[in-house]
Amino acid sequence: MIELIVYGIVLGSIIALGAIGLTMVYRIVGFANFAHGEFMTGGAYVALFVVTILLPWIGFPDSRFVPLSFGWRMVIAFPIAMAVVAILAIALDKILYKKLRAKKSGPVILAMASLGASFIIRMTILIIWGSDYIFYRPGLMRPALDLPLSVKIRPDQIFIFCAAIFLVILLHLFLKRTKMGKAMRATADNTDLALVTGIDTERIIAWTWAIGGGLAAAGGVLYGIDVQLHPGMGWNFLIPIFAATILGSIGNIYGALIGGFVIGIAQQVSTAFLAPTYKLAVAFMIMILILLIRPQGIFGKE
Amino acid sequence: MEFSGISSYVVSLAIMAGIYAVFCLGLNIQWGYTGLFNIGIAGFFCIGAYTSAMITTPMPSGIYAQYVHQIFGLNLPFVFGLMGAAIVCGVVALLIGIPTLRLGEDYLAIATLGIAETIRLIFNNEQWLANGPRGLMDMPQPFHSVVSPQNYNYIYLIITVIAMVIIYFAIEKAIRSPWGRVLRAIREDEGSASMSGKDVFNFKMQSLIFGSMVMGIGGALYAHYTKAISPSVFTPLYGTFIIWVMLMAGGSGNNKGAILGAYVIWGIWVGTKFVTDFLPYTLQSRAPYIRFLIIGILLEVILIYRPQGLLGEEKKISKLLD
Repeated sequence: MIELIVYGIVLGSIIALGAIGLTMVYRIVGFANFAHGEFMTGGAYVALFVVTILLPWIGFPDSRFVPLSFGWRMVIAFPIAMAVVAILAIALDKILYKKLRAKKSGPVILAMASLGASFIIRMTILIIWGSDYIFYRPGLMRPALDLPLSVKIRPDQIFIFCAAIFLVILLHLFLKRTKMGKAMRATADNTDLALVTGIDTERIIAWTWAIGGGLAAAGGVLYGIDVQLHPGMGWNFLIPIFAATILGSIGNIYGALIGGFVIGIAQQVSTAFLAPTYKLAVAFMIMILILLIRPQGIFGKE
Repeated sequence: MEFSGISSYVVSLAIMAGIYAVFCLGLNIQWGYTGLFNIGIAGFFCIGAYTSAMITTPMPSGIYAQYVHQIFGLNLPFVFGLMGAAIVCGVVALLIGIPTLRLGEDYLAIATLGIAETIRLIFNNEQWLANGPRGLMDMPQPFHSVVSPQNYNYIYLIITVIAMVIIYFAIEKAIRSPWGRVLRAIREDEGSASMSGKDVFNFKMQSLIFGSMVMGIGGALYAHYTKAISPSVFTPLYGTFIIWVMLMAGGSGNNKGAILGAYVIWGIWVGTKFVTDFLPYTLQSRAPYIRFLIIGILLEVILIYRPQGLLGEEKKISKLLD
């Protein structure tokens, strides 16, 4: 059981990376982004391209940080994946969502457009890479470490948790210390008031997409390191990240972080009683429970 | 291709488009007239198909019982299958409506998405329920003995069109009634509808149930047409997304548009297959993805450039008032 909770924390840190971006977009851009899972998939596959095609092509040497399963190639690919998906998210906003906002389309139309965008991204990945399961580094033995309390964990999983926490701390410092971060918090709190004080909302929206897309991409790459890559991986994260977002109250970044861990732990612990394929249904049931008991989430006001 | 080959191809195309038109009509009640954002159509599609299949097939016996498991098999006529599918989908809609319809509109979207995925997982994993991933086969087809098997599709086309027309007129009747006016009032402005003393939650619930029952009938029509269903059919792509594109293309809030959209988009979907057949052999296996990419882009183009769809919403105040 303790082992499952530890695995849940690892999974939860990936869910949290998705949920934090989703909750920010939800509050600041103002709609439910159904393409957020595909940002995760996109990030994982951009990193795959960099690790297996781009860097070998320019002759960048292969290396591996034993006992981790990756080396310098992944260290380079990670920020590139985040940047590419951040740019993709901003580009989607400019060519799609911005036009719909200009037409005064409601949030539901924007959500529908994002559902369309999610299929467009997934189909593009399927066209390029096909529907196979892919590893960043195939055929590698990945032994687990023995920790106290009979917990077996792979070094990669410890890295995943640390990387996620590192990114969340960076985001925290960005929001608290920088001018843009403060402007984003102001916009999230009260959009109209932010407009009156002269904050450029379009710039805030672009930054929100960049951060949301970048974090989601990081989550996707980390999931790829932990398990494997598949074009449907992001779609399978969609329900868990929405559940985490609602659990932690929409718009609340720290709520999304905690929500991510709660959903991740619940999903992993459920495998002790249920078939592992039901993980997604477990996230869904928790979400329904929250909607029934406390629809505003744990940090929401009455 | 000889004439009979072409005509049977056109008939099979028309049947599938007609089945999709039924889903579009169901979605039109929910989205077009009430503004309910249901993106879990695949779930109702799946439940409708399985319910009708199990109502109309006998319980497997003898050697089959070792290979085919299903929770019940009633061996009743086709019409009972349709009714059962509608009822079960209505109950599922009620259950999903209770936690979500009092909240903002996107909560229903997330919840319906979740229920569709959950339903697919259940049918995939639970062997005892409906034979797991292998699914069910040999659903009976009404009037099967009247014509030779190769001409049967003509009969099924008539059945599909009759079902579609009955549902069309039922919805038209309902939408032009005071009940339908309340739905549209809720879609336009929930606040003022509830201030006029309308129980918004109740009306939304009725709309969700009504639409989902129609979707259940669509699922049943599908099951008896293909005679083979498995959980892998009811994906978000084939079960939900393409239906949304159909309704948006045809014109939400317009039942004629819903039907037109189903035929036009199904035509485009099938038509793109002819185009992708020209692709080099190595790309052939990726052809379905290219076709869905085109459908996805089409949705975005519609949303940006023609959100009202081909026909747009019909004004439906009164036939006495223009």
